[in-house]
Amino acid sequence: MILQEKLSPQRFWQLTSLGAICFVGLWTAAALAGLTSPQFLPTPWAVLDRFVTLWSEPFAGAVLHEHVLASMRRFFLGFGFAVLVGLPLGLLMAWFQPIDRLITPLFETIRFVAPIAWIPFAALWFGTGIGGPVLIIFMGAFPPVLINTYRGAKFVDKRYLEAASTLGASHWRNISQVLLPAALPSIVSGLRISAGLGWQSLVGAELIVASSGVGYLMVRGQASISTATVMSGMIAIGMIGLILDILIRRLQQVVEARRGL
Amino acid sequence: MTTTSTNPGWLVAKRLLHAAMAAFGLVFCWWALTSGTGWVSSMRFPAPHETWAAWQQMLWSGYANALWHEHAWRSIRLVFMGFAISSSIGVLLGLAMGASRKVEAIANPVFLFLRPIPPLAWIPLAIVWLGLGDSAKLMVIFVAAFVPSVINSFSGVRQIERPIFEAAAMLNVSGWRMWREVLIPGALPSIFTGLRLSLQASWTTLVAAELVGAIAGLGQILNQGAQDIFPAMILVGMLSVALAGWLMTLVLGAIEVRTMPWRMA
Repeated sequence: MILQEKLSPQRFWQLTSLGAICFVGLWTAAALAGLTSPQFLPTPWAVLDRFVTLWSEPFAGAVLHEHVLASMRRFFLGFGFAVLVGLPLGLLMAWFQPIDRLITPLFETIRFVAPIAWIPFAALWFGTGIGGPVLIIFMGAFPPVLINTYRGAKFVDKRYLEAASTLGASHWRNISQVLLPAALPSIVSGLRISAGLGWQSLVGAELIVASSGVGYLMVRGQASISTATVMSGMIAIGMIGLILDILIRRLQQVVEARRGL
Repeated sequence: MTTTSTNPGWLVAKRLLHAAMAAFGLVFCWWALTSGTGWVSSMRFPAPHETWAAWQQMLWSGYANALWHEHAWRSIRLVFMGFAISSSIGVLLGLAMGASRKVEAIANPVFLFLRPIPPLAWIPLAIVWLGLGDSAKLMVIFVAAFVPSVINSFSGVRQIERPIFEAAAMLNVSGWRMWREVLIPGALPSIFTGLRLSLQASWTTLVAAELVGAIAGLGQILNQGAQDIFPAMILVGMLSVALAGWLMTLVLGAIEVRTMPWRMA
């Protein structure tokens, strides 16, 4: 047995649609079998229908796009802070060894605490304000930015730095004009991981400390035992996560194309 | 930027010394900010002695209905069960998808659909379906651990280099031997990457699920601490979560070294 050659596109699509049909079919069959109430396990169509109505009919205090906007605002605040702190700090750690020695043990300790475990402190420090979720997202998104910036900058070819220093470059110019551009591909791939983790942390935070957003919508759906609402929330979260990932992947391609990778 | 000393023993000693100094400095700053100067009120962040007292209470008299080791055992057991079930199914599916393009094509749509949904987003659904008990947590852990183990075992098989398959074909290796001697060992490094990610995801997800609702478990310490506004206990809970997560990664790392002795060098 050698690994099979690629399937013809036609065969691939046949099998893929077969898989999709089986999935939807099994789900529908389970829902229609009458073993459980439709509220408990709705059919796929009922979920889609619910997803569409949520755009026009308010649930948990707002229509779906307002929840999405609330989630996005939190996400970009937390993610933005993570980049604003993580990127410069990573570069500084790579350039100045004392900063590296100081921050690394602290960072390694904090990194083992799951972002979600910050929720009680987030609630204690910020109440139900916007700070709580932003803190949680920050805790999720910060480590990959820092680690990738640091590693990217640390593995820059020493010759570039020596050349720059010989030409009289200052610390600042070494960091901003040699380390930063050289580390860029690594930084961008860090951003991608960080956006994923940040988005995931946001969902966790909204399940517990928020009164708007897609996560909150799901919690309310759960409280009223409306599986269709919960699933609509999952669809919305999945779609936004996918769009974010695609956008960052685009950025990654642009950066790599410029670098000629 | 490079270390001049090359003696490994001296390097290790120096590392340890730095780590000890950093730890001491950290605790000192912590003490100074909280009880030393009182800049940070103990209602916001606990002082070291309060945390120590909470730790003692947790260990010997218990908090949130159970002693520390009972909470820890409950969480770790759940994670382990969910992780074991999910990753064994996930790895098998991933290997099958890697070995056969047909299986890949069939399983593909379900994955495209499930992959973007973060594991934490399954918590409300698990609660609607299964309530606040252990089975809901197992479901959430299952989902969390499943995707990374499938994807990494899949790509592990696909990354095996072509000449290896050609050699195997030349030696007439097929069927069971093909799996045992080519596919699995070849994919193993990537499988372990997947398992590490799975374990991490399971742990985070369980903590989140326990925060949303649980009778016992490390997440419940956090939850109860937040409700009682007991910052020292919250910190104890966070440290416990970190400690347990760290221990589990350590165990998995040890298993990894055992399973792939050829990577030691």
